[in-house]
Order: sequence, then structure tokens, then C-alpha cells
Amino acid sequence: MSEETATLLAILGMAAVTFGCRISGLLLGPRFRPTGRLRTAFDAIPPAVLTAVIAPTVLATGWPETLAGAAAIVVALRAPMLATIVTGVVAVVALRHGLG
Amino acid sequence: MTTATSPTATAEIRQAIVDIAPAMVAAAPIGLLYGALATAKGMDVVDVLLASGLIFAGGAQLAAVQIWDRPVPIAALLFSTLLINARYILMSASLAPKVAHLPLLGRILGFHVLADENWAMSERRAGGGRISAPYFFGMGTVFWINWMSFSALGASTGPLIGDPTRWGADFAFTAMFIALTAGFARSRTSVAVIVAAAAAATGAHLTIGAPWHVLAGALTGITVAAVFGTPEETAA
Repeated sequence: MSEETATLLAILGMAAVTFGCRISGLLLGPRFRPTGRLRTAFDAIPPAVLTAVIAPTVLATGWPETLAGAAAIVVALRAPMLATIVTGVVAVVALRHGLG
Repeated sequence: MTTATSPTATAEIRQAIVDIAPAMVAAAPIGLLYGALATAKGMDVVDVLLASGLIFAGGAQLAAVQIWDRPVPIAALLFSTLLINARYILMSASLAPKVAHLPLLGRILGFHVLADENWAMSERRAGGGRISAPYFFGMGTVFWINWMSFSALGASTGPLIGDPTRWGADFAFTAMFIALTAGFARSRTSVAVIVAAAAAATGAHLTIGAPWHVLAGALTGITVAAVFGTPEETAA
């Protein structure tokens, strides 16, 4: 399979999966109301996935990424998203120059 | 759904645009970044437009760029997308009764533009009652066009700027995900979920390798929540 075909398939597949999620709640309607442990598990999905995607970048790439990640976490708990992004980027560029 | 534009419909659309404007401003740099990072991974402007138009889910699209590789790991991409976008099942279920008065086909097609930001606005607007078609679909469509435009712009200007790692743009994605995750770190359970997911994902990345860290971290975090978590009172 060529790179272009694989790219197109990946995009269409991701689109189908996402559309499926968007309309399945609509079709299931109010009947789908997870409670108890299932609800807790469902609520844990976004932070678990977001963390899993970036954890190796922060923890297993190098000191610049780990230290810049720590700075971004501190800012993220207090300030809006834009401040967190600016802090992370400035810190990683400076540290890559200093430590790299 | 295409009734003649009455004064009420115009007012509803106008209100929708006012309500979604801050989210559009916030999404603009993320769209630019997505386009630039995607082209750095070998996608072209058409791919980026297709992805933003058809998938229309920033978190899943950015995660996909992160795990994008050669050959393209299609199964891992689909699984990561399913995990990240599973929240739409709950969001669309909660909106379902508020749009039940609209034609079914219109609802199904229109829900393509359901995203975190316009979902939150629509829920607030609806209160306990109905939500109008011009408000929900007008808002969603504007937000959708905004996302496509900025990702296409990022894709066409990205190559001019050069290697994104040189000016730290690769880390902008990481920092953004840190900010998004911090928004969920509101309880003891969610902090435990984040710590467990980070440890498992890093371990899997060092041993098995990408993209399996996403699956390992996500499943570990979700399991921790299900086994040790304390169910919180949630608004119905």
C-alpha cells in the first residue's frame, strides 16, 4: 500500500470512528447513562489518553523536555492554556540550547 | 432544516457566533500548529483539509500527528481516535433530548459538527429545554469552518517556517496537552489516573515502543479509575 493510500485510509477511518461516536449518543439517547464505576471509568478516559500520548515526550526524551514539562505543569495549574504553551516552548528552546 | 431565515433564526445565529467567538480565537493557533506539524510528518494541504473537515476533532488529530509514522500505523490511529473521542458518545447523548424536535436525518448529519466547545455552549443555552437548529448548527458550522481554515493555513505556511523543532513548536503540542490534562485534574481520582497513565505510557514506550504507549497508558489510567475511583455526583 502506498504512503498516500495509507494516509487517506487513516484519515477516512478516523473520520468514521469520530462520526460514529458523535451519532451513537444521539441514537442511544437518554438511555445511555453510565453510573457508578462505569461512569468513573468513562470520566477517566480524556485525562488518561491525553497523558498517555505525551508522557514519553516529557519523561523519556531528555532533560530539556522533562524540565520544560515540569514548568508547563506548574503554569497549567494556575494560568490559561496560552500561558502554558508559551512557557513550555520558551523553556524547551532555552534548555535545548543550554543543555543540548 | 432549511426553513426560510426568519428574524428569530438570524438572532439565534448571531447569538451563537457571539458565544463561540472566544473558542474560535483559542482554536486558531492550535489549528495553525496542527497544520504545520502535520506537513512536517509528510501530509500535504489537501490531507490536512480532509482531516480537519472530516474528522474535526483537534485532540484526536494532534494525537494522530504525534504517533504518525512510516508505514502509517492505521490500527493504532483508529484506536487512539476512538479512545480520545469516546467522550462524544456522552456529549451527544446529553444533547439528544434537546434536539429531539428536529428531523432525524438533519440531526445525524448536523451532529458531525459537535465539538467540546459548541457542546458546552449549547448545553448552557438549552438549560433544561430545547435548542434551536440555527443556534446549534450555525455555531457548529462556523466553528468547523474556523478549524479547517486555520489548519489549512498552518499547512501552507508550515513548510516556509522550516523544521518545527528548531523553534520549539513540537513542544507546543506537549504543553497544550499538559494544559488540557490539568483541566481534568480536579479530584484525587483524576490525579491518580494521570500519574498511573504517565508511568504506564512511559514504560511501554521504553519497552514495546510507539504507538503502544497510548493504549498502555490509557487502559492503565482507566483501570485505576474503575478499581480505585470514587464515583462523583454528576448532573443528569
